[in-house]
Amino acid sequence: MMRVGPFEIERRPDPPLTWILGVSLLAILAAMAMSGVIFWSYGVDPLRAYGVIIRGTLFNAKALPEVVRFAIPMLLAGVGLVLAFRALFWNIGAEGQILAGATAATWVALFSPVPDALKLPMMFIAGFVGGALWGFIPALLKLRLAVNDVISTLMMNYIALYLVSWLVHGPWKGPEMRGFAFTNEFPPAAQIPLIAGTRIHWITLVLGIALALGVAFVLARTRLGFEIRVQGESSDAARYAGIDPMRTTLLVMLFAGGAAGLAGVGEVGGIHHRLLDPNQISLGFGYAAIIVAWLARGSPVAAILTSLFLGFIFTSGDVMKVALQMPARVTDVFNGLILFWLIGSERLLFYRVRWAPGRAVREPLPVGGAGADPGPPGISGGDQ
Amino acid sequence: MPVEAFLSLRNITKAFPGVVANDRVTLEVRPGEVHALLGENGAGKTTLMSILYGIYQPDAGEILLRGRPVRIRSPRDAIVHGIGMVPQHFLLVRRHTVAENIALGLAGTPPLFPARQVQRRVEELGERYGLAVDPRAPIWSLSVSEQQRVEILKALLRGAEILILDEPTSVLTPQEALNLFAVLRRMKQEGHAVIFITHKLDEVMAVADRVTVLRKGRLVDTVPVARTDKRALTRMMVGRDVEVRLQKTPRVPEGEALSVEDVWARSDRGLPALRGVSFTVRRGEILGMAGVAGNGQREQVEVLTGLRRTERGRVRVLNRDMTNHSARQVFEAGVAHIPEERVRMGIVPAMTVAENLVLRRYRYPPFCRGQLLDLEEISAFARRLIAEYEIATPTPRTPARSLSGGNIQRLILAREFSGGPGLIIAAHPTSGLDVSATEQIHALLLQRREEGAGVLLVSEDLDEVLALSDRIAVIFGGEIMGIVPAAEANREGIGLMMTGQRP
Ligand SMILES: Nc1ncnc2c1ncn2[C@@H]1O[C@H](COP(=O)(O)OP(=O)(O)O)[C@@H](O)[C@H]1O
Ligand SMILES: [Mg+2]
Repeated sequence: MMRVGPFEIERRPDPPLTWILGVSLLAILAAMAMSGVIFWSYGVDPLRAYGVIIRGTLFNAKALPEVVRFAIPMLLAGVGLVLAFRALFWNIGAEGQILAGATAATWVALFSPVPDALKLPMMFIAGFVGGALWGFIPALLKLRLAVNDVISTLMMNYIALYLVSWLVHGPWKGPEMRGFAFTNEFPPAAQIPLIAGTRIHWITLVLGIALALGVAFVLARTRLGFEIRVQGESSDAARYAGIDPMRTTLLVMLFAGGAAGLAGVGEVGGIHHRLLDPNQISLGFGYAAIIVAWLARGSPVAAILTSLFLGFIFTSGDVMKVALQMPARVTDVFNGLILFWLIGSERLLFYRVRWAPGRAVREPLPVGGAGADPGPPGISGGDQ
Repeated sequence: MPVEAFLSLRNITKAFPGVVANDRVTLEVRPGEVHALLGENGAGKTTLMSILYGIYQPDAGEILLRGRPVRIRSPRDAIVHGIGMVPQHFLLVRRHTVAENIALGLAGTPPLFPARQVQRRVEELGERYGLAVDPRAPIWSLSVSEQQRVEILKALLRGAEILILDEPTSVLTPQEALNLFAVLRRMKQEGHAVIFITHKLDEVMAVADRVTVLRKGRLVDTVPVARTDKRALTRMMVGRDVEVRLQKTPRVPEGEALSVEDVWARSDRGLPALRGVSFTVRRGEILGMAGVAGNGQREQVEVLTGLRRTERGRVRVLNRDMTNHSARQVFEAGVAHIPEERVRMGIVPAMTVAENLVLRRYRYPPFCRGQLLDLEEISAFARRLIAEYEIATPTPRTPARSLSGGNIQRLILAREFSGGPGLIIAAHPTSGLDVSATEQIHALLLQRREEGAGVLLVSEDLDEVLALSDRIAVIFGGEIMGIVPAAEANREGIGLMMTGQRP
């Protein structure tokens, strides 16, 4: 415990839910306030801008389904990240895993001899395997060679990006596409059905929700989930209990990569119907999924809500472009600011500030000059 | 007519969340006295001294130096006021020499080659107080007791008139402790006041002039040592009479529980930590392993529990070869492990008490069916153990981290003993626990011995080892110096072996 003026600051390891929600909300508000400066620099009144954005997305029958459409890939990748983060594997590579899944699905759709009836199931399976493989490599590098997971997963993103880029410019470039860097369009059997009048490819959506519930169940009720929790909370206790970190980490990363791979399948099979420039396949969903997972605070079910929130932000990008004549990429700045504030407020979660003037120390006169330069309280050996 | 107090702490109160560590504590220290601060673990001794040294601010109360109120806001303030402290965990730069460490942050040293000037003063002071240490030696090459001397010299060179030592003997062998007492007596003669924190009665009787006893944050009394005895002090410290001798029934050991043959292992830093260790533990026997911290005990425990690889040698547990088997295999063979790092390794702090109670057995029936955990079974099992081992927890679903140290240890023992182990590896099972938890844990270990388990008790607390063991092995520098029956053991003989001399 520490005292600053009349305030007491103390640690609390188990913050209540309301406090978690409050701090998260505060982080989002702070990010909004800071992006207000950007609106203002474009000559748009920030308050008006937020009004336009909210009306244009949440109160607009055409835009509302878009929120869900954007939420789908981030939900899938986000659920995988929730699990990876619970096991303390810092997977920054969902973006690459999405692309790997998209690539594998494209191969099934265009180049495999799979019969039409099996096309969609096979695309999902291949997408999962593709993403899982992309997640598996850094996991193995970490476990075998102690390669830092943040760096290796990040680098794997670039490999995926250039691989897709090369495929659509080179070997897979569609002859029917008149020089564009696309593959041919998927045959109808390889296109994921949409809810009429929207871009919601509902099979992927159902998969996402099912995975979120499934992961919650696995964590709470199964041996594997128990092991993942022990491993993530205390690696020493895991060693003591004889839990194999190799097995849990690999399984977690296969799943996390696979779930992101499914997101990639949804994007190429449900939205674009072709493989195309990597930056068009994923508008940074893999990075945004990090925010989804962080906001969800380890709860896979909460990721359903947080992915919808991120879906709202992505949709608002379109509104900004059309109604406010601002670049849609401003949403990236906004996302970055949210993550910044969320991580920044992390400390705040675990401390409580109390107003307690009554217990203040009666101040005797300091002797000599010594009291004039107080060291920071609570820090020992500051003089050493 | 009482001697005028040099330092007074008056009605010092300090609360931490959930506990009042100091409750209106008053303490007076006179010049030229060794003043012992006695109390169980958690009595508030360290907190009180941290307030005096400016690490914490009191919630209420005042500090008077030579009759004048002072406010000590930081350790720097404390030093200006002539108060020095030797912390429980030393704050020394391992790569630097003794003189460099002492010169660091010392006022009045020249900016270039500050260690030069200090060297001479270190030698001078060392001579005067019997604190011999080579000022040119790097810290890493020093033993723990030498490092402690450096900390004392550091405080003296900064002009400490009052020196606080926080449990200084916990890292020393009995002989080293005697040397330290001689130093304290020298300091007393030179007019320094020494505040000596301990929870060991013998040390109070040996070196202190007056003793202040704290219990649960409250002041019990301050008495001259000459007018009290161990029995009275115990009653003040614990609040009741304590059976000093444990009820240990004689017992004929049976077959072999553990056999260690010529085991070699390296430490985390790759240095040889065990050099050909051999011993056996029989069923129905407690083998105590005494030694100063860092002489291979940790590695020994890890080798036996599947957490560290043996480079050479054999380990046989309950007549099965268990050399370099995994932690899980060792557990399945019937070995309980009470780890030294209670909170870091013994529990998963964020998980519930119930989950922690099945940490070793969640993967076996009846706690799971296939991959599915049986939560009903787990919680019934947890409720049973909580009752049986008297674990104070609001519910089985409470996170384990909110338990007190004693209850965390009860949780660990409940879990480890519930499977009826044939061999128990207990590392420092009572360190940092209060008297009642300690008593209970001793009783549980003796009960297991009674029931035929073999126990390896690794402990730095020589009294504990002497009280519980049937035989005592002393480890030094990764080698067993000797194994003696407890009935024939005495503190001096064991103390000598702890410093590396074979009997
Ligand atoms: N920084 C802290 N935060 C919270 N509780 C503390 C802190 N330091 C000590 N305590 C609590 O205060 C009580 C007294 O602790 P301490 O002064 O370390 O006792 P002692 O040194 O006599 O063993 C204990 O219950 C301990 O858990
Ligand atoms: Mg203490």
